[in-house]
Amino acid sequence: MSTVPWSRFPRWSNACETRNVRVLVAMSGGVDSSVAASLLVDRLGTEQVVGATLKLWGGESDSGCCSVADVDDARRVADQLGIVHHVFNFAEDFETHVVEPYVSGHAAGRTPNPCIECNRHLKFDRLLDRATALGFDAVATGHHARSEQAPDGRWRLLRGADPAKDQSYVLAMLGQHQLARSVFPVGDGTKDEVRAEAARRGLRTAAKPDSQDVCFIRSDVGRAGFLGDRVPLHPGRLVDDATGADLGPVDAVELVTVGQRRGMGHGTDGRRRFVTAVDVPTRRVRVGPPEAALAGGVDLHTVTWVDDAPPVGLAADGVVALAQCSAHGRPVACTARTDGDGMTVSFDVPQRRIAPGQTVALYDTNHPDRVLGSGVVR
Amino acid sequence: MTGSRAYFDHAATSPLRPEAFEAMLPFWTGEFGNPSGAHVESRRARIALDDARDQVAELLGVGPGDIVLTSGGTEADDLAVQGGWEAVLATDPATDPGAGAGPPVVLCAAMEHHAVLEACAALARRTGAELRHIASDADGRVDLDALADACDPGVRLVSVMTVNNELGTIQPIDAVAEVVARRSPGAVFHTDAVQAVPWLDVAALTATAHLVSISGHKFGGPKGTGALALRHGATVRPRIAGGGQERGRRSGTPNVAGAVGMAAALAATVSERDATVARVAGLRDRLADGLAARVAGLVESGDRADRVAGILHLRVAGVEAEAMVVLLDEAGIAVSAGAACSSGAVEPSHVLASMGLDPETSRSGIRFSLGVATTEDDVDRALEQVPPVVERLRN
Repeated sequence: MSTVPWSRFPRWSNACETRNVRVLVAMSGGVDSSVAASLLVDRLGTEQVVGATLKLWGGESDSGCCSVADVDDARRVADQLGIVHHVFNFAEDFETHVVEPYVSGHAAGRTPNPCIECNRHLKFDRLLDRATALGFDAVATGHHARSEQAPDGRWRLLRGADPAKDQSYVLAMLGQHQLARSVFPVGDGTKDEVRAEAARRGLRTAAKPDSQDVCFIRSDVGRAGFLGDRVPLHPGRLVDDATGADLGPVDAVELVTVGQRRGMGHGTDGRRRFVTAVDVPTRRVRVGPPEAALAGGVDLHTVTWVDDAPPVGLAADGVVALAQCSAHGRPVACTARTDGDGMTVSFDVPQRRIAPGQTVALYDTNHPDRVLGSGVVR
Repeated sequence: MTGSRAYFDHAATSPLRPEAFEAMLPFWTGEFGNPSGAHVESRRARIALDDARDQVAELLGVGPGDIVLTSGGTEADDLAVQGGWEAVLATDPATDPGAGAGPPVVLCAAMEHHAVLEACAALARRTGAELRHIASDADGRVDLDALADACDPGVRLVSVMTVNNELGTIQPIDAVAEVVARRSPGAVFHTDAVQAVPWLDVAALTATAHLVSISGHKFGGPKGTGALALRHGATVRPRIAGGGQERGRRSGTPNVAGAVGMAAALAATVSERDATVARVAGLRDRLADGLAARVAGLVESGDRADRVAGILHLRVAGVEAEAMVVLLDEAGIAVSAGAACSSGAVEPSHVLASMGLDPETSRSGIRFSLGVATTEDDVDRALEQVPPVVERLRN
């Protein structure tokens, strides 16, 4: 029998128990979404669940929602579960909202997070709209995150139960509109439990490796090869942040990320050097010692709130929160304040600089599992 | 109607005709011989294969020695384009006008099926040939002026389909052949007639082409069968090496049952064709006019007089065809949008793009394709189910 406490699953359908809900489950061909679909079928039956795989990328890739092999895996799992499966071609939207901004961001010295933009524009916008048009009540995904409805009816987004696999960071841009129509069936389990459940159910994706890196970049080409095919990459110079001294050449300024340590060498003091700024127009990469790589805060644009509205006090005294600055980064104490049309986040203790284009997710200090909102680093 | 469903995807594949099923039965049971052997079992298979070939040849208006049986339309197209190219360069090197004047040219309509588009692209990559695509006019017919501009003495192979698979538009094959013969006299002219067979007299319509492809399952034959007809002394070099079957043009033990089934389906299709066309055109008219009366913002692609009876392509303003296909499927109606790729996703239509339509309009294109099996009930069902689906997707 199942070793997973699925009695906790899914809070969402407990809340909707009286409704005859139909769910469209986004199936990437990986183990998490396979188990998500399987759990939904347990709960709702085969008639109420339909699988969909998104064709997002027309070019060559290793894996990740895009290859025929992954579509086959998703389709065969759907066949095994006895549910209908569709493939939706969202390649144009993916190019517009994910690939093109990724390329132009790097060309301008930023480091965008394509997974977050894909969730923002494809899975929880385009797919959600498609699902609604087709008469579905909700979209399910295999993300390791949880959602719950508060007593006042508002939806909360929570970290997944497995701290090592929590994906709430890449969903931190969701608001009430999306959360009310989304369900994360595997968020209550650990990755090991999900794999065990997949094996127990005989799903062909049980032992499939986790997807890695950016889905539309082939590992043998790499980020440099991918970007180099699409935009000119320029050699530049490393410059000492403090003295302005020229520290040597760098192959391509567009491939350097603020905060990066690798390849930046050591200063005359023998300590490691970190990237503090990338200036593509002048082909300069500024580097400094560890303390120069720290920042007391960060400015954000494209600010979103799970509650749709900013927390009370944001504009006045600011709001104390926890900031997570990368997919598996450690949350750190901070104060967030309104800043024009954006937001400023001040860290209690200076943190390694975060590259422009990266996302900062804010969590509730009193409920550290609860997502408050997000923003993109200027 | 198939059970409780209405099937409007005959251009993708059609149900097996009973004549084909009956004709094939012995070859799935007792008759198993390899036609290439020297004993009774082989001779019986050989006779069946030769009879099937005679029948296909006669219906396509060529001699039996001019038919190459293939595994389907795609293989026939590939053999025509890549094998035809090799043959024309090999048999006619002295007049190769490409020498010193750039690489030889392969030319195809931009609206071709992927079987031709990709064969031409592969040929160009493999040999260094120059590939030129000919755009379509607003009615979905190959642009003859653009064709004339593109045809020069360097062109060695031209491929223009007889009937477009998405729109059903009948292409001006004789006019194409005339332009090719006049401006590119060294070129071989291939036409993919896969979508023409159920509706038109292919023998007459493609009489001016050198190479003609057909596919069995588009007219009630079994999948995995097809043929390439050779005319006017055209030849092809083999794409599959081996035992030299099909007069050395296509090796591999022949698919005897398949050939017999395809021939029987072709014979039945041709003998009933006039009646089928009249009946299906009536159904098509009722479907097209009925939908136009019930749904605002419908545009029928191509002039009806220039289209085969079985294909109705509609652009539904403000609706994504990919979503419409899903909802119609749930409502018991099988239709298609654009061309499905190997993953099952709907690809943006290169046919509509070749007519100069923008991507958003192209995404609204949906194809109803009718066939021998289509009934009045099927049309009724579509007239009843399509308007609410469109309404729902527009809200």
